[in-house]
Amino acid sequence: MPEPFRVILFIVFVMAFAGLNAAYLVWCERKGAGHIQRRIGPKEVGPYGLLQPIADGIKLMTKQLFLPKGVDPVLFMVAPLMVMVPAIMSFMVIPFSETFVAREVNIGLLMIFAFASVNVLGLLLGGWGSANKYAVIAAARCVSQNIAYEIPMLITTITMVMVTNTMNLNEMIRSQSGWFFHWHIFRLDMSLMMPVAFLIFFICSLAETNRAPFDMAEAESELVAGAYTEYPGMGFGVFFMGEYANIVIGCALTTILFLGGWQAPIPFNPAGFLGVIWGLFWFFLKLYALIFTVIWIRWTYPRTQFYELLNLSWKVLIPFSLFNLILTALQIKIFPWL
Amino acid sequence: MNGLLQQDVNQETFTLNLGPQHPATHGVLRVKLVMDGEYIVEAEPVLGYIHRMHEKMGENRTWAKFLPNCGRMDYLGALSYNHGYVAAVERAAGIEVPERAEYLRVITVELNRISSHLLWFGAFVLDLGGFTPLLYAFDDREQILDLLESVTGSRLTYCYFRFGGVYNDIEDSFITGTREFIKRLRKRMPMYDALVTKNIILIKRLKDIGPISKDMARRYGATGPVARGSGINFDVRKHEPYSVYPEFDFDIPVYEEGDSMARYMVRMDEMEQSMRIVEQALDKLPEGPVMAAKPPRIIKPEKGDYYHAVEAARGSFGVRLVSDGTNQAYRLKLRSPTFSNLSLFNEAARGMLLPDALALMGSLDLVIPEIDR
Repeated sequence: MPEPFRVILFIVFVMAFAGLNAAYLVWCERKGAGHIQRRIGPKEVGPYGLLQPIADGIKLMTKQLFLPKGVDPVLFMVAPLMVMVPAIMSFMVIPFSETFVAREVNIGLLMIFAFASVNVLGLLLGGWGSANKYAVIAAARCVSQNIAYEIPMLITTITMVMVTNTMNLNEMIRSQSGWFFHWHIFRLDMSLMMPVAFLIFFICSLAETNRAPFDMAEAESELVAGAYTEYPGMGFGVFFMGEYANIVIGCALTTILFLGGWQAPIPFNPAGFLGVIWGLFWFFLKLYALIFTVIWIRWTYPRTQFYELLNLSWKVLIPFSLFNLILTALQIKIFPWL
Repeated sequence: MNGLLQQDVNQETFTLNLGPQHPATHGVLRVKLVMDGEYIVEAEPVLGYIHRMHEKMGENRTWAKFLPNCGRMDYLGALSYNHGYVAAVERAAGIEVPERAEYLRVITVELNRISSHLLWFGAFVLDLGGFTPLLYAFDDREQILDLLESVTGSRLTYCYFRFGGVYNDIEDSFITGTREFIKRLRKRMPMYDALVTKNIILIKRLKDIGPISKDMARRYGATGPVARGSGINFDVRKHEPYSVYPEFDFDIPVYEEGDSMARYMVRMDEMEQSMRIVEQALDKLPEGPVMAAKPPRIIKPEKGDYYHAVEAARGSFGVRLVSDGTNQAYRLKLRSPTFSNLSLFNEAARGMLLPDALALMGSLDLVIPEIDR
């Protein structure tokens, strides 16, 4: 297929994926929460409540978009987009399968992190522009939380770049080919602390996407609805979609960096079209297993206290990730043949 | 607030209205917070949004007509309030209560206490951001509501006690059902323990947070689990015994720490103690009538001043009656425990972070209609 058409097709796919995925993750979350809490969850709209997200979407879209008194109209309207658009952009470089990727960019990893940090700006502006005290408190929390957790996340990512020698996401996955013990999480020969690095990265991606137990931005029993308090209709809906898109990106990155991306756990890779499906299957299996863990955590644990959250980052995660970085560097220097 | 600003001109504070509609206040309580960033400088509870003049109502209708109002104050522990009022009037009018009726009162009140504590447990963890334990607790609480419904006829605002006894006798199915329920709850408690009490996040959020000293609890007249969590060994059931409580063997859980965790632990332990009381009462349950043989048609207590306190789920609930010898009270004063427990909030919350203060507020176990009455 000629290049421009392929990219356009892929953009359409990515936007549809981001939207539908967000909608159906909400369904999964509600159904999962229901089963964890010994109830049924959505069941009225369609079989197993499968049409519930569509009904929700129609409801949100038909609501009037009004501006509450005293808000900054520009910031208020732009903020949801600043959460949603970067998330969709990040999907462009994620390799869902070896050939199923819009653009294989050599600095794909860098690009995702560049876009991911715009997300917090959206929350900050939304909270600030709402002219609501709860929203401002939530926005302030959000910023310090994101700064605190971006550091260990980036240090861990640097470690991964060091061991793989590339920022190209597809290359990173290719270097994990073979059996499942070739995935980075099990490569103790690369760094003795690989499983710890995986944990650090996963915790940080929870905090970066404002998920429980680190959901400081929303914190509904304290701050009503946090930064989203004043948002009506689709303003809130877009925020929500952005949040879920960010969860997918966080989990996809974890999959790519540590769990072998689209690599099957056995060294078997069919060629051609079947290979694309094979890769997609394994990628989405790992991705949704991680997302399920995220949902599971949310419906099990209470929320952390804010200073505990910062303590965890500055006193535990950052020292550990720094130590990991140094250890890996030493390991690469001393045993370069590994 | 002006005074605070003058103390330190560089300190910029703002006022945050927490409530009357806020997910954490569980009702129409409004707390006017003066905040410095996320730190609380001043927390002034504003009451009166659900005031229904229960005391005045008690003064302009006959003794019996006020009885249904008792279930509308603390809707989570309604039977203790029934008990307090009924016992006070019985003391004033000198009405004897058959022993079986007293046993039934104790059984139902203790079951009600467990259901109240279960609901508090769920709502408190919800305040801390954990959604799931609420639904587990409701699952258990539902069993108690079913049991109490079979006896009292209602599920929330009970009106089961009468002057001189209780409204009707229990059936055998209630006894077997209660025993089964106790067995079930005993099995569930280790799960709550593992899922919630031993959770590191919960411990970090409650340990050493919101300390209430013995002295502060005494000054504000705190009672119930709030006082017992601060190391004050006071429980009306033990220290001013009433009804048939002296016949049962049960402990009063007391924790010295005074933090939110101590109050949490007191309530969790109290559920076990209530189960013990119910079990013993079911074993010893005597035969006989559940209503005094000849309760007076029209109650006209002697002129005088009477007081009776009971241990409700949230602390000591006292009823003071002043009778002028007619069929109505001259003065009815209701001492509700949560009012005193809430009044220490301002002093205890000063200098705390907002989420910590909300954890403290949750650990006080507030029921707003009972504060406002």
